[in-house]
Amino acid sequence: MAHRAIYPRTGLEKKRDKEMNRIDALFTRLEKERKKAFIVYITAGDPALRTTERLVAELEKAGVDLVELGIPFSDPLADGPTIQKASQRALSKGANIRSILHMVRSVRKHVRLPIVFMTYYNLLLHYGLERFVMDAKGSGADGVIIPDLPPEEAKELIAISRKADFATIFLAAPTSTKARLKKIADKSTGFIYYVSLTGVTGARSRLPQDISKNVGDLKRITGKPICVGFGISTPSQVKRILRLADGIIVGSAIIKVIEKNIGKKDLYKKVSSFVSKLEKAIHGK
Amino acid sequence: MRKKYSSIRNASVHLRGIPDGKGYFGEFGGKFVPETLMHALEELETELKKALKDRKFSEKLGYYLREYAGRPTPLYLAGRLTEKLGGAKIYLKREDLAHTGAHKINNTIGQALLAKKMLKKRLIAETGAGQHGVATATVAAMFGFKCDIYMGTEDIRRQGLNVYRMKLLGARVIPVGSGSKTLKDATNEAIRDWVTNVKNTHYVLGSVVGPHPYPYMVREFQSVIGKEARSQILKLEKRLPDFLVACVGGGSNSIGLFHPFFRDKNVRFIGVEAAGSGLGSKKHAATLVKGEIGVLHGSKSYLLQDRDGQVNIAHSISAGLDYPGVGPEHSYYKRIKRAEYVAVTDRQALAGFKLLSEYEGIIPALEPSHAAYYVSELAPKLKKDKIVILCLSGRGDKDIDIVKEHLRFE
Repeated sequence: MAHRAIYPRTGLEKKRDKEMNRIDALFTRLEKERKKAFIVYITAGDPALRTTERLVAELEKAGVDLVELGIPFSDPLADGPTIQKASQRALSKGANIRSILHMVRSVRKHVRLPIVFMTYYNLLLHYGLERFVMDAKGSGADGVIIPDLPPEEAKELIAISRKADFATIFLAAPTSTKARLKKIADKSTGFIYYVSLTGVTGARSRLPQDISKNVGDLKRITGKPICVGFGISTPSQVKRILRLADGIIVGSAIIKVIEKNIGKKDLYKKVSSFVSKLEKAIHGK
Repeated sequence: MRKKYSSIRNASVHLRGIPDGKGYFGEFGGKFVPETLMHALEELETELKKALKDRKFSEKLGYYLREYAGRPTPLYLAGRLTEKLGGAKIYLKREDLAHTGAHKINNTIGQALLAKKMLKKRLIAETGAGQHGVATATVAAMFGFKCDIYMGTEDIRRQGLNVYRMKLLGARVIPVGSGSKTLKDATNEAIRDWVTNVKNTHYVLGSVVGPHPYPYMVREFQSVIGKEARSQILKLEKRLPDFLVACVGGGSNSIGLFHPFFRDKNVRFIGVEAAGSGLGSKKHAATLVKGEIGVLHGSKSYLLQDRDGQVNIAHSISAGLDYPGVGPEHSYYKRIKRAEYVAVTDRQALAGFKLLSEYEGIIPALEPSHAAYYVSELAPKLKKDKIVILCLSGRGDKDIDIVKEHLRFE
């Protein structure tokens, strides 16, 4: 954890846990324990909201540190086929912001891990930015990631979110220039989502060689936690990336397990056992 | 006289601050894309700005437009149609006579020249009716780019001729079977390809849609339509027209015609959208007439969407208008009331198609057939000294198979 000592997180450690939001508290705790964050993405409502509700609880039990819940959109242009299909399954059952918030409110009663939404901008714009942040916060969610909203376009959302202590997590990409990385780091709260590759979401057998270098570059710019996602599906990939990153995000690989087991009794067991393998690789047991 | 016309031709139509530095036309436009593309958009904007100021670039562009695409296209007085309708004088801006049979080539030549400057090796594009796909495949062949075209499976079915043309030109046509299986989903797939291959690929967007600088860039390349029409009508009639009428899907031929007349306050702009089976049905593509503000494919504009903000599937007999979004500059024209937007049904468009075929010997594409139908309603209401310019954005060969299903002969 030497890099932490060189690039201290300003101010965070002075806050007491009690007044800290769930995401900051998580990364502060993980830092103390010298652990990395394991973040899982699933699409809310895939295949049904009841399933998602139980999955979130199972993920927490399996050692997941933070859950990203996708709010499905008709045109998910940053997503590969796996999440596109998951979104379609959820939409065909009528999942929308309102029903998903309702589910989160209910799940929050029995889980403690941070929950952030991942969705596309049109849905928030249509729902109303302020209304969304208030309702999401009220339901027990902790932040939002919007892949088609660069920080330049997010002024209003950022202003509203800051007031509510709701995290705005922006994405950094291998193509981001240094000036852009600075902007992204500056506008992100909670953590920074580093996109491992140029491409859409979806498990890849090979990941680019430059991830460590790029994450290192970002580390020199910011002390905020950096979590790496897109394409990651196996424990060996996880180990390679973990040296520099503060967390790993896995989505499509888990959705594939869900997809294969829809309607089967041991869906939860299958997901848990897949997640546990990754969890061991990340938390180093 | 001569001097006067050339000064008019050179008169700047650039609207200061439209779009602004962030790509906004009033409240519309912007850059709503994944971070991976932001740098490519910045690079494109830089190259575009350089090129637009560079005399050599405009000479090169002018050369290809003239010698390769066959510009200027005629502004033709549709005498028999005018007589038949019995009102305003109708001129046709003959974009159907440009190489490849539609206005799309104006934009693809410009973008291909930029792609060369940016040292990209590969062009990708989305296409609905196939006209933009053909125009992209054409410049790819001429300049030597690798070329992949995304096209919805429904459009591949109904625009078979253009699919074959693209293949003849050496492009790969990649079928898109998701969602609406039309232009919207082809655009999604093209963006996903671009996100993946951004380092060596230029995305040749075909309309005045998408993230900044696309709406601005495509407008600049398509403005040749309006610039020509403006100087042609001044030469022919010694005055400006009263109405400009053009179809609007994404809106590139219409912006191309309208934009150079922006400051001519007495010239009315009418954009004709596709009303499909009717505005009362859910099966239409009348984004400006019936949509609400939203964000799709990188910009904020009017959008056909449901209660939750999910994008609706558009419907039109014409694959080129079958799109739930629209260019942000059109949304701006609507907001400031610079243009009026109307909608014409599939059935009416077919009547427009027949009218131009039978009265002018010109078989139009189904897209401008919508505008032609609107003109057939507008012209008789106007006095004979009024002038209407109709943008005939493309020829109809590609649509023969669809039209056959609807118009039968004994």
